[in-house]
Amino acid sequence: MGVEFEPVIGLEIHVELKTKTKIFCGCPMEFGGEPNSHVCPFCLGLPGALPVLNKQAVEYAVRAGLALNCEIVPYSRFDRKSYFYPDLPSAYQISQFYFYICKGGHLEIEVNGEKKKIRLNRIHLEEDAGKLLHSGSSITTSQYSLADYNRGGSGLIEIVTEPDLRSAEEARIFLEQLRAVIEYTGVSDVKMEEGSLRCDANISLRPAGSSQFGTKTEIKNVNSFKSLERALEYEIERQREILEDGGVIIQETRGWDEGKGITTSMRTKEEANDYRYFPDPDLPPIVLEPEWIEEIRATLPELPNAKKERLVKELGLSTYDAGIITGSRALAEFFDETVALFNEPKTVANWLMVEFLSLLNANNMEIQESKITPQQLSSLLKSQKEGKISGKIAKTVFAEMFATGKDPEEIIKEKGLVQISDEKALASIVEKVISANPKSVEDYQGGKKNALGFLVGQVMKETKGQANPGLVNKLLREKLD
Amino acid sequence: MSLLLGLTAHELQGLLVKQEISSEDLVKEHLNKIKKVEGELHAFVTIAEKEALQAAQKVDEKRSRGEELSPLAGIPMALSDNILTAGIKTTCSSRMLENFIPPYSATVVEKLQAADTVLLGKCNLDEFAQGATTENSAFGATYNPHELKAVPGGACGGAAAAVAAEEVVFSLGTDASGDLRQPASFCGVIGLKPTYGSVSRYGVVTGASSLDQVGILTKDMTDCALVLNAISGHDPHDSMSIALAENEDYTGSLLNDVKGIKIGIPQEYLQAVDPEIITQLQEAVAKLEELGASCEKVTMPYRDAVLSTYQIIAAAEGSSNLARFDGVRYGFRVETEDLDTLYKKTRGQGFGTEVKKNIILGTYVLSSEQYEAYYLKALKVRTLIKDAIEKLFQDYDCLLLPTTPTVAFAFQDERANTLARDLDIWTCPANLAGIPALSLPWGMVKGLPVGLQFWGRAFAEKTLLRIGFALEQNTNRTRLSLKGKGVC
Repeated sequence: MGVEFEPVIGLEIHVELKTKTKIFCGCPMEFGGEPNSHVCPFCLGLPGALPVLNKQAVEYAVRAGLALNCEIVPYSRFDRKSYFYPDLPSAYQISQFYFYICKGGHLEIEVNGEKKKIRLNRIHLEEDAGKLLHSGSSITTSQYSLADYNRGGSGLIEIVTEPDLRSAEEARIFLEQLRAVIEYTGVSDVKMEEGSLRCDANISLRPAGSSQFGTKTEIKNVNSFKSLERALEYEIERQREILEDGGVIIQETRGWDEGKGITTSMRTKEEANDYRYFPDPDLPPIVLEPEWIEEIRATLPELPNAKKERLVKELGLSTYDAGIITGSRALAEFFDETVALFNEPKTVANWLMVEFLSLLNANNMEIQESKITPQQLSSLLKSQKEGKISGKIAKTVFAEMFATGKDPEEIIKEKGLVQISDEKALASIVEKVISANPKSVEDYQGGKKNALGFLVGQVMKETKGQANPGLVNKLLREKLD
Repeated sequence: MSLLLGLTAHELQGLLVKQEISSEDLVKEHLNKIKKVEGELHAFVTIAEKEALQAAQKVDEKRSRGEELSPLAGIPMALSDNILTAGIKTTCSSRMLENFIPPYSATVVEKLQAADTVLLGKCNLDEFAQGATTENSAFGATYNPHELKAVPGGACGGAAAAVAAEEVVFSLGTDASGDLRQPASFCGVIGLKPTYGSVSRYGVVTGASSLDQVGILTKDMTDCALVLNAISGHDPHDSMSIALAENEDYTGSLLNDVKGIKIGIPQEYLQAVDPEIITQLQEAVAKLEELGASCEKVTMPYRDAVLSTYQIIAAAEGSSNLARFDGVRYGFRVETEDLDTLYKKTRGQGFGTEVKKNIILGTYVLSSEQYEAYYLKALKVRTLIKDAIEKLFQDYDCLLLPTTPTVAFAFQDERANTLARDLDIWTCPANLAGIPALSLPWGMVKGLPVGLQFWGRAFAEKTLLRIGFALEQNTNRTRLSLKGKGVC
């Protein structure tokens, strides 16, 4: 047919707030406890129980809104969203529909070196539902289902974007960068695998250059950044094939099947609930004082984009390196603290990206879980710079620090790893290597200058890597030149 | 001993303090009365005899140890069965909660327990407080103590009848549209609906969250003030409750003095009222003027809109509040093979007709296509009604109107359906405006009690108490005797 189609994508992202207690009751936000052990009359939907808003949840929503350049709305309200489901005890979810707490906003992302502003529609506060455990694969095919309301009533913010994303990759990058911003604000753990970050995607296609929207589908059950990208790629292809065959897209909700790599229909628009939103008469409106909003703004940390720009402009990192370093708040803070003690940003960045991240990944750990401190890394780097240890030894020491949490000095001392910079001590080893390798000596002296590298290597081998390579080089030349 | 039954809480307290009687005696006396009349009256859904006797003994022990006790200590009382009592069945007069024993108590219950009152039982009401005659109870109607052929009013007919029949000294009910004042009027007792937000709604099963208040049913104004002292105040569990001065003493406003009080009489609310009731009201006006108050006819617009405004808001909120009764976690449940049928059968069989009608209406007015035409418009009209009432309060301290346009009507009265619905017109504006309203017994017409209704500014309960007290002190019309009729 020859028509080029352009994907139009918008995301709806749920972020679970890391408040001490639930959003409308005093139950603790602790998970993994005995089922139904963190519940009360309110979050069990008992008759007569009433909601009381958690101020910290409001503060966190404002914090996220400020970090995402939203307009903080001074007057907002809660509405009831009604539907029957066993994970929703009162048969309505308290959410914000008519007047929500944050309006507009945007996040600038970088896709293949190009900056792009993705607009947000809004952020609103709501409560989470409980969890169901089915004896079969779903509620309709199960003999029985068990309900655990520990999670029910947890505070969430829902971040809704405008349909500004134009590819599956862009959507994935946006979600990753949004995750970083939220992590920086400290309002959530934002872990997709644990469900504290959840994402649904709306996607439609339209002929390239058209300004109208096509019929969209909503994709649910996406549980990692990669599966968001995969699900959208699949859905783009599915819709493209239908449109190219002259078919029409059915407006529906589709579930992503990670195992099969496909989306399947969950319900069509006709089967959708009428949620019958209306203002919750049990809760007064949220009225925010400008002073309070400014107080919250003042406590915001430097955010990923600003930090990235600073690392590039002021510290001379490449855009790529700065992007990785600022990808998580913990890594960026580790970087800043290390650089404050050892002012060679590029060296620090290299160490973090190459040594540190690969050890973390190999051990499936978060940086916060690691035993290494910025003080320890900086003193390791100082030792290397001062020539106390070689670069190779430094890596060995680092691995030991990672495993044990010991200070580098202690490891160097314990294992006798101090670099040999004593000319006398090295001279005898140099002699020994020269006499043991007549062929290489001959080659070198015959003009094959790289034979020297082999001889240096032999000395390093003899000293188990502890010889100062510069000094070895010098001694060998003195003997052979 | 049976003389005790006619007494009020403050009168009985005098005897308790002097240890002329014990709380146990008092409770036994009232339990006997309950046993005697309940067969005919059916004011109670549950009688908590064992718990009541234990509680009474505990108060008596405290008293004998010389502990300082509240003015309500040891006094037998009852609660409308939509107010949660931990460990004691709370049914809302519905099949849905027929065997529901709450794990927690309403804040008002905790406050009454802290005051050492003694709960004798839970009173019948229209299912989930939806109705105006108590006929909609899943467990059968309550009868009017003055005339067993007449309705006691509703929704909280049981709580009013129990006080009128001297089964308890006072009771609490709820009032979303007159559910407490109207039965108070029909049964001849005092009913006070406090300002919205002044009494906690936590643990009260409410149909209409934005209209409902826990209210008080007593035999006299002093008891009314004492109970209000005990139950009002800010509750951190109820976000709509308001923090006013702590430990307000309402008995301070029981002054036999209404001089200078300006009373408005909305003439629209004298229409379609039984002429004999109008005559009673005129006599009240004459009395109030004689005592130094001034009374004037005033205009209060939107009379024709109050009923539909109330019905839309109440049905909408009610449909949402009652959605939790789904058979999943507690209460009535029809065992079925699949979830959808579980919901449908449980709700279809668990709720009565009136409740289902309201749920259907509420669901309709909240549907996305009808929301603006009905619910949103009702909210706007509510604001107009509230503003109109508040405007009158710029010139008047109080508004006076009949509580009901008629006295209690017969169960089989062919007018009953229309009447029952229209009764709300005289009472629900106070709920729409959130203001306090008092129904005061004022003699009899056709052998049945008449109620005067006074509305005050928000949080001006004191004005209402003062007017009620003055009328009580200067006439003999506010304490109605059952002698020789009904269940006496």
